[in-house]
Amino acid sequence: MKIFKIIFKNAFRHKLRVFLTIVGISIAVMAFGLLRTVVTAWNAGVEASSANRLVVRQAVSFIFPLPYADREQIAKIPGVEVVSPFMWFGGVYLDKKNFFARMACDPETVFDVYPEYLVDQSVKETFKKERNSCIIGEALAKQFNLKLGDVMNIDGDIYPGKWQFTVRGIYKPRDKTVDATQMLFDWKYVDERMKQDSPERAGMIGWYSVRIKDPAQSATISERIDALFKNSRAETKTETERAFQQGFVASSGAIITAMNVMAFVIIGIIMLVLGNTMIMSARERTREYAVLKTLGFQGGHLIAFIAGESLIISLMGGLLGLGILFPFVAAFEAFMPKGFFPVFNIENTTIIIAASSALAVGFAASIFPIQRALKTSIVNGLRHIG
Amino acid sequence: MANAITIESVSKTYQRDKMSVPVLNNVSLEIPEGEFIALMGPSGSGKTTLLNLIAGIDRPTKGRILVGGTDISTLSETSLAKWRSSKVGFIFQFYNLIPVLTAFENVELPLTLTKLTKAERKRQVELALQVVGLSDRMNHYPKQLSGGQEQRVAIARAIASDPSIIVADEPTGDLDKKSADEIMTLLTRLNKEFHKTIVMVTHDPSAADRATLVRHLEKGDLLG
Repeated sequence: MKIFKIIFKNAFRHKLRVFLTIVGISIAVMAFGLLRTVVTAWNAGVEASSANRLVVRQAVSFIFPLPYADREQIAKIPGVEVVSPFMWFGGVYLDKKNFFARMACDPETVFDVYPEYLVDQSVKETFKKERNSCIIGEALAKQFNLKLGDVMNIDGDIYPGKWQFTVRGIYKPRDKTVDATQMLFDWKYVDERMKQDSPERAGMIGWYSVRIKDPAQSATISERIDALFKNSRAETKTETERAFQQGFVASSGAIITAMNVMAFVIIGIIMLVLGNTMIMSARERTREYAVLKTLGFQGGHLIAFIAGESLIISLMGGLLGLGILFPFVAAFEAFMPKGFFPVFNIENTTIIIAASSALAVGFAASIFPIQRALKTSIVNGLRHIG
Repeated sequence: MANAITIESVSKTYQRDKMSVPVLNNVSLEIPEGEFIALMGPSGSGKTTLLNLIAGIDRPTKGRILVGGTDISTLSETSLAKWRSSKVGFIFQFYNLIPVLTAFENVELPLTLTKLTKAERKRQVELALQVVGLSDRMNHYPKQLSGGQEQRVAIARAIASDPSIIVADEPTGDLDKKSADEIMTLLTRLNKEFHKTIVMVTHDPSAADRATLVRHLEKGDLLG
């Protein structure tokens, strides 16, 4: 009979109590994982941002446009490799609930600035040539069952009118952090319509994404770009892509902080649940520990018995929690409006933190019972009733 | 015959809050090998304390205890634990079996501390359970056994590692007369057939009658 067998048998001595403890831990681990996943989804844009990309936007607000003509001046600044314009198009696809990013861009440069959108060269060439073509992310294609050659009808709101785009490419994300729910089409297609319908809005873009050679030069280049347009009718604010993305998230900062705090409060709750179980178990077994010591078992054995039991319970709770986390996250994502979180994945870090927290809690919960078992003398332990 | 146990001027005082409570006063006793000694006396006389000192689960405040030539009062906690596992078998009033382990596993428990192989442990356990007449109950859990059977499992556990000394604290105190007689017969057999030195604390005169030597304690003093 191995010591592990005794530990295992002890762990399941009070089946209902242990079952409830395991369920409690698993729900807490699942809740922790879900909160962390929401927080990481919120921060996905920040995490996916590249160090060698700058974003140039209107200094007053992101919603004000910039002249397309600024592009050439920005491109001349030393250290700038590629300047690519973008414009938030908005509009409605099939239903107002169908939210995803619809962006006008420059087919010539968009994939040079965003190499994480993986498409074939032939697709890129078609995208450059066919003015009303569009390229969509594979998650978006899957969501709306879109195939190459399909036509997407968009009802314009920011840019009024009926807009038709033909799907000529489906990009794959380079990794899980990349948004695969976007729709990209040629800015010129929109601009040509604007020239006809609203000439005062023609020649304007939303922002520039700028690829720079050396990320260490980002501050200097940003200053140079902004200096270039100082006192112009469209002053700019240039920042790193990360800072730009953080600007979006910052408005929800308090909520995210609260969710982060909640996630770690949950770990505290797990500890209390398991700690309570372990303290009860150890108190009930005071006499048994004394008997074991009498038989020659030493402090190390008792530590192994108590910590092992606690770790088994916490591990089982943790594994069960992680097991139910995946369907729960999938259900949560399905419940949320489509496209609300373009990237909604359980990160490996979340799994590692949840699993290691469960184990750490398992060990921490056993400290007090271990201390008590070690401190209680054999004579007092044998006298214990309970 | 050499002494199995020598107790030299042993005193024991417990601290209860700020009060010192003397339990044993300058007790000296020699127990020859193969003896079956019963310690009797009223509650609070110090007989269980003396038994605990002999068994190495408590330490004297003063004096020396030599068991098999080893001064156990000077051993470290680790050495004492190792010594107990190999030299002394314990029998408690309330059996103190581990409820989640079968009779076999309970008897095997002290053997897990030895270097015996699984096959050797199995052989020892089966032999011990055979001696106590519970070969057919080895897969039963304590709750599936009667009080007498539980105590027999406890005795099997006490003899599994073949210690030379067995200490028994009120081994019949929780049993009916028939079961108590069976347990005493078993202890007598262990003493006579297997030459175990047995130190037993009891209130029961009929149990004490089975011992080869009876000593009385009163208010911490060994009488006679």
